[in-house]
Amino acid sequence: MSTGGAYAAFAPADKAQADDTAQSLAIKEGKKLFAVGCASCHGTGGQGTSDGPSLVGVGAAAVDFQVGTGRMPAQQPGAQVPRKKNIYTNAQIDQLAAYVASLGAGPTVPDKEQYSPDGANIGKGGELFRTNCAQCHNFTGKGGALTDGKYAPTLEGVDPKHIYEAMETGPQNMPSFGDGSLSKQNKKDIIAYLGAVNGDESESPGGLDLGGLGPVSEGLFGYIFGLGALIAVAIWVAARTTKAKKS
Amino acid sequence: MSETGRHEDVPEETLPGERETAHEGAVATAENPFADPGLPPHEHRAQDIDDRAARRSERTVALLFVVSMIATVAFIASYVAIPIEQNVYIWPLGHISALNFALGLTLGAALFCIGAGAVHWARTLMSDEEVADERHPIEAAPEVKAKVMADFAQGAKESQVGRRKLIRNTMFGALALVPLSGVVLLRDLGPLPGNKLRTTNWKKGVRLVNQSTNLPLRPEDIAVGSLTFAKPEGLEEDDEEFAEKIAKDALMLVRIQPQNIKDKHELSWSHEGIVAYSKICTHVGCPISLYEQQTHHVLCPCHQSTFDLSDGGRVIFGPAGHALPQLHITEKDGFLEAASGFEEPVGPSFWERG
Amino acid sequence: MSNETSATTTRRGQAPRGERIADWADGRLGIYSLAKSNMRKIFPDHWSFMLGEVALYSFIIIILTGVYLTLFFHPSMAEVTYHGSYVPMQGIRMTQAFESTLNISFDVRGGLLIRQIHHWAALVFLAAMMVHMMRVFFTGAFRKPREVNWLFGFLLLVLGMFTGFTGYSLPDDLLSGTGVRFIEGVILAMPLVGSYLQFFIFGGEFPGHDIIPRFFTVHVLLLPGIMLGLLVAHLILVFYHKHTQFPGAGKTNNNVVGMPLLPVYMAKAGGFFFLVFGVISVIAAVASINPVWAIGPYRPDQVSTGAQPDWYMGFAEGLVRVMPGWEWNFWGHTLNFGVLIPILIFPLVLVAIAVYPFIESWVKGDKREHHILDRPRNVPTRTGFGVAWLVAYFVMLIGGGNDLWATHFHLSINSITWFVRIAFFVGPVLAFIATKRICLGLQRRDKDKVLHGRESGIIKRLPHGEFIEVHEPLDQEQLHLLTQHEQPAPLELGPEVDENGVERKLSRSQKLRAKLSKAYYGEDNVIPKATAEEYKEITSGHGHH
Repeated sequence: MSTGGAYAAFAPADKAQADDTAQSLAIKEGKKLFAVGCASCHGTGGQGTSDGPSLVGVGAAAVDFQVGTGRMPAQQPGAQVPRKKNIYTNAQIDQLAAYVASLGAGPTVPDKEQYSPDGANIGKGGELFRTNCAQCHNFTGKGGALTDGKYAPTLEGVDPKHIYEAMETGPQNMPSFGDGSLSKQNKKDIIAYLGAVNGDESESPGGLDLGGLGPVSEGLFGYIFGLGALIAVAIWVAARTTKAKKS
Repeated sequence: MSETGRHEDVPEETLPGERETAHEGAVATAENPFADPGLPPHEHRAQDIDDRAARRSERTVALLFVVSMIATVAFIASYVAIPIEQNVYIWPLGHISALNFALGLTLGAALFCIGAGAVHWARTLMSDEEVADERHPIEAAPEVKAKVMADFAQGAKESQVGRRKLIRNTMFGALALVPLSGVVLLRDLGPLPGNKLRTTNWKKGVRLVNQSTNLPLRPEDIAVGSLTFAKPEGLEEDDEEFAEKIAKDALMLVRIQPQNIKDKHELSWSHEGIVAYSKICTHVGCPISLYEQQTHHVLCPCHQSTFDLSDGGRVIFGPAGHALPQLHITEKDGFLEAASGFEEPVGPSFWERG
Repeated sequence: MSNETSATTTRRGQAPRGERIADWADGRLGIYSLAKSNMRKIFPDHWSFMLGEVALYSFIIIILTGVYLTLFFHPSMAEVTYHGSYVPMQGIRMTQAFESTLNISFDVRGGLLIRQIHHWAALVFLAAMMVHMMRVFFTGAFRKPREVNWLFGFLLLVLGMFTGFTGYSLPDDLLSGTGVRFIEGVILAMPLVGSYLQFFIFGGEFPGHDIIPRFFTVHVLLLPGIMLGLLVAHLILVFYHKHTQFPGAGKTNNNVVGMPLLPVYMAKAGGFFFLVFGVISVIAAVASINPVWAIGPYRPDQVSTGAQPDWYMGFAEGLVRVMPGWEWNFWGHTLNFGVLIPILIFPLVLVAIAVYPFIESWVKGDKREHHILDRPRNVPTRTGFGVAWLVAYFVMLIGGGNDLWATHFHLSINSITWFVRIAFFVGPVLAFIATKRICLGLQRRDKDKVLHGRESGIIKRLPHGEFIEVHEPLDQEQLHLLTQHEQPAPLELGPEVDENGVERKLSRSQKLRAKLSKAYYGEDNVIPKATAEEYKEITSGHGHH
């Protein structure tokens, strides 16, 4: 809960100034949306309550990520807030983001160039992913378990912009990877790598990828379809042949 | 297609007669209603009595073999014609290698059809009459055993090994000793461990370099709640010994609010809340690094050892035996550097660890 | 064998060509004697007897595909930079072992297929050995004279596990490399010699440059060589002992009923090889296995979640994951029980099932040869033990995959770990009790069927109004099948005092043996089978039941 405030004190330089004039309309609309959908847990001024952390200093990027992936508004308590269907339009998300950004400076929404695969090194992205991310999210981002029911979600079907924002803001128990930890080019490479290996057009040369989960699913498949098929064949081979006349 | 046809297809006169009520072998008697009735009489398959059914079977078997031949030709054609880099989308498999798919299916078909043909042939055309064969006891007959015993006694007596204890004992000695040469030859498989397990390349004054950006780390690079990996300055990925060095030196950096650090000793070795821990798990050496920023716990993905980085890196769950070693860090000229080497061996425990 | 002499001799008056070749070979190798005893050997037909064949054929497939792979694989840990076809690996540093694996997968036509056939066949090989072993166990096919063959088979299973482990570690990818790091940690934990052994085996500090080439030697030469020898011995014994058979009409302990090797079994078993190979090839065409390009090369500072060994090492992985972290420091030395205890339990679990046949034969004191298989329900104690062992094994498999269970079933990984810790001890006990009860229930039902006939589902109303279900009496074959099993009495300890009134001294092992014998044959552990008297009484007196 103090993360937000502490972030403001210790965060690296690159963040927007709280800007009331340019987006004043967006902020006003955002404040209204906030009062309806967020204040009950996060407090009327975003200062936090016992049900939700303070949003001062989390920045527009955090809002864009959390609301954009449908995680927020959270529906029920639990180990972790799951991704679900997004209930706000893009314009509304921008307004909410503007309002929360006005509460205290924080990471901004990245622009397209920051997460586009152009100019990215996929090989290096893979290496960076395996060093920094795979321990939670698995080799190609299929997700993994954390303690006590928490989990690192699968990155399949996640918008590159949201991946960038997650790295910037460190949602819930995910640590943040600001520019001091992973540079902008690092993040770009990682996103390009994920696009190559975990997208809709990703290749799985050997066939069905069985979830990309490794030996556990391979073992299950081998037993059920491999040995299973062979036992079925064996039953045919050893079966009694049909007789000419029923006795 | 039914391989045996239906009853109506078989001409009346070729049907077997009604099954005999008395079976071969023991018949149920008044004394033993559970006696073994013996092998049931053989029942004919359609192919045994109807030549048309048999010829149909033959054609099926032949067809299977022909399909196999065609599949082999298709295999060779695929090998030659399909470029290796070609991918194709096939539902529900995904974007797969066209060549792998084609070669695998054609090879599989070619092999499977040979097998299916052979088995169908056996099942429908070869005799399926059950035959009983006698078993013989595995043990040798007593006369054989007696002869062997006598021969052995004779041979042993002729060798004089029983009488000549000196020969016998020294022979055992020689035979027992000679394999030691083989054991000794294995000594040069590797060097002695020496001090290598106790020390890393971290020493006082060595700067921490970000593993991902390759830049030396400054305190302001590390935000609260972030996760950064570091290596000692001077260690490059294309060094010959990079793997052996990083296997000991890999470092994990997190930043916790100083008031949330429970262990005083940990606090004294941190710099403004930035703590540096060995990335190598003390269980069996996997790089742990599943850092949960809100709980300050770090989880190892291999066997789920969990350490509390706000409390001296102590083990709170899982099979690890001792806390994660912390590196004492400090700041100089604006950059983070080690204040000393690790004060205990990193990585898995070993006998001489202390 | 063909014996066409006068009818089909050649123009020169000689025997046909095939016969002449056979004669030549016989003069040098004595093959006619071998052929005489084996050519028309009888093999019984049952699908469950083909599980061993699945294992045998997958082993042959592994060797054939393995030889192909060795033509392209470089078992070297020298570092190179990748410039091959697979884009996401471009420019990455990796060992030659990994690079040559990528090369086989992307630049050798058919290479990926052969790699996949090899690995899928390995999974099937171990699965088949396991299921075959359990078939032999539950039907009691390990009894005299087959105890040695059981041990050969068990050794094949264990060696197969390690052959598989060294094999999938060869590409030096991030997943298998993590497993090698685990092995290094286990070696280090060994008291007294651990650090020395680790440096000798790895040729220095981890990872070093020697472990992959050394694994290669073990995987390609040492272990397969030993396995081939064991396999030949295993098959010779099967031929020599002749195969066991299920009980039934016409089958006795002194015969074997089935079809002859030539032609039926040659066709069926030979054909089955092609069927197995075909199925595995199709699987390799449609399902990806061990995609090392998506996993990445091994680096000691990288790891992924969901890191498991291949399935056959899964229960060892489970043991290691659920073990609590106990470590003992004393006088400058450390004992890491968190590692040592699972490493001790792992072989014990395997040895428990390996020595079972000898324990059972000691308890029963039965020295006869057994060629008729048991129906599992008729040996409830053995069946219960087998199921209990399987439950322990399976619970540990769950432990090995605990993180995947957690993510896919939305559970806490810590709860799963606790569940496995407890279920490993409680589960087998419950399974044993339940299985035994089920077996006894089935025995009761068999006895009922013998005495009262099979329930036919036909309801009849009698003239005086009672409804009864018509029971169809069993025919002779079925009566024999349900009553042919042996039910010896438990071992007697003998009188407590001898004829002079002196107390007899009984050793601990004798008393234990008598107690265990009761567990197998005592009143509470078998349902006495139907006797002829009971049967006659029922069938003569009442008309219906």
